[in-house]
Amino acid sequence: MNAVVSARGLGKRYKNTAALDNVSFEIQPGRIVGLIGPNGAGKTTALKAILGLTDFQGELSVLGLDPRKQRGKLMEQVCFIADVAVLPRWIRVREAVDFVAHVHPRFDRKKCEGFLARTKLTPDMRVKQMSKGMIVQLHLALVMAIDARLLVLDEPTLGLDILYRKQFYQNLLEDYFDENKTIIVTTHQVEEVEHILTDLMFIRDGRIVLDADMDAVGERFAEVMVGAERAAEARALKPLHERQVFGKSIFLFDGVARAQLEALGEVRRPSVSDLFVATMKGTYA
Amino acid sequence: MKTPVLNEMYWLVKREFWEHRGGFLWTPVIVGGVFVLLNLMGIVTGEIIGAQHGIHFMFNNNSLLNHPLSAEDMSKAGMMMDLVMYSTSFIISIVLGFVVFFYCLGALYDDRRDRSLLFWKSLPLSDTATVLSKVVAGTVLAPFIAAVCGVVTGIVMLLLFALTLSFHGLNVWQLLAYAHPFQVIANLIGTIPLYALWALPTTGWLLLCSAWARSKPFLWAAVLPFAVGMMLGWFNLLGTRLVGNGWYWKDVVGRILPGVFPGSWLGTGNYQNVSTGAEHSLDVLNLGNAYSVMATPGFWIGAIAGLALLAGAIWLRRWRDDT
Repeated sequence: MNAVVSARGLGKRYKNTAALDNVSFEIQPGRIVGLIGPNGAGKTTALKAILGLTDFQGELSVLGLDPRKQRGKLMEQVCFIADVAVLPRWIRVREAVDFVAHVHPRFDRKKCEGFLARTKLTPDMRVKQMSKGMIVQLHLALVMAIDARLLVLDEPTLGLDILYRKQFYQNLLEDYFDENKTIIVTTHQVEEVEHILTDLMFIRDGRIVLDADMDAVGERFAEVMVGAERAAEARALKPLHERQVFGKSIFLFDGVARAQLEALGEVRRPSVSDLFVATMKGTYA
Repeated sequence: MKTPVLNEMYWLVKREFWEHRGGFLWTPVIVGGVFVLLNLMGIVTGEIIGAQHGIHFMFNNNSLLNHPLSAEDMSKAGMMMDLVMYSTSFIISIVLGFVVFFYCLGALYDDRRDRSLLFWKSLPLSDTATVLSKVVAGTVLAPFIAAVCGVVTGIVMLLLFALTLSFHGLNVWQLLAYAHPFQVIANLIGTIPLYALWALPTTGWLLLCSAWARSKPFLWAAVLPFAVGMMLGWFNLLGTRLVGNGWYWKDVVGRILPGVFPGSWLGTGNYQNVSTGAEHSLDVLNLGNAYSVMATPGFWIGAIAGLALLAGAIWLRRWRDDT
């Protein structure tokens, strides 16, 4: 099957810094990809390039289209939620639904009204009267009613309380995602998305430092809890990262044989956030 | 069956109306209402002061209107009443000028500032259609509403005057039939295409500044042309004759800033031929005369320059990346 997004030699410079530095990757259909990186790593630039919101060097094809030249056509198949609270403050729920229904060929009004019925939103409510959580509910209802092939989420749950955050991803999984759709999500709240991701991409200083599906991540990386007496032995295997918990050391290894690690202590699959911290060590130093 | 392009434009303009209902609809309604109210207060004041001083105007209906009106009288009465409707429209149109000016200045700026641009850009809308919808909303829809409000205000004023006179024994109700409200409306609305074309350099310039500015679009739009003018004046003072001061102020600044004020094409020297042969003085407002400004090359040069500025605004709308 054709890749949904395929980038080759993608680059973008802002004055002296490279926001994207010769990046290449492919995203297959039916995946949920987490694009994760520290502030200023180039996540948003990558998303903007995919959405045709910014110019760039290199080759990029999204659903077989060039986002620079065929943006109008592309946006019929691509949806995005950029941050919370980008809905215009003056608009009413009724107006937003009306407008999208009439300008978007793939919007299903019935579906949208069904999603809205599950919230406390009323047709006459204006965005400026809503809490951040309600704005996201409205935005999500609009977006989930669009039969798009690619959904791009840029920090979609920033500033929401945990109830809204959990509900957001639950809705996406239950009512939206299927094998024909692809989701790209950037977030700092890694713990919340790690169980729904199928693929993981780490980005740092404009480069992709990790690009793997979750199964491969589980095979490649391992975390071992080692007592103080065998710590030196573990260090000899060149761990990515080491941290201390209750007098024991937890080592994170990349590509070390499982049998070797099991001899040292209890082996676990590392969480995405531990992996992230280990990979991004020294970013802000 | 609407074509997709027209359908898109219809909803884009409707969106502008939703967002700017206050400026486009309520402002002319309120200005008209306040104007009527002020007149009413004036009439009431006059009545009370008159009554306190024991002055009673009582017309003898028979002496004034008992003979059939001559054609000239009818024409004069009609003209006076049309004038009332034009003058209320004129007041509203000045306010409209300000509304459209600031509307254009914010049209491509406000949604970048509050980042709602990202929502609009997530929909399959072309930037060309988006920018053009703002031109249509500002220079077709807004003046249309203003014209209707202006004439309705004028009619309310006429009824108010007629009512007041009838309290003084002067029955002028039948005179109202000589007014031409539909002709006035047709004249005002018929001028809208002229207005939209004449305003193009201004709408283009304001939208360009609106799409360009990272902050304070007003400064770009207003201060820049004045600063350039000052520099020109200074250079010319030093003896260089690069560009004439007069030409710059009249044909550049005079077209890119006040063009959104309806009737700003009057008094630009485009009307030399009007006074001759105008049957009554309001003919200056008649469509044929208004459109005679189209015979001047400056009109079309301005329109083309305006389109170029709009093209710049569309390009900036597509590629400006600062959210």
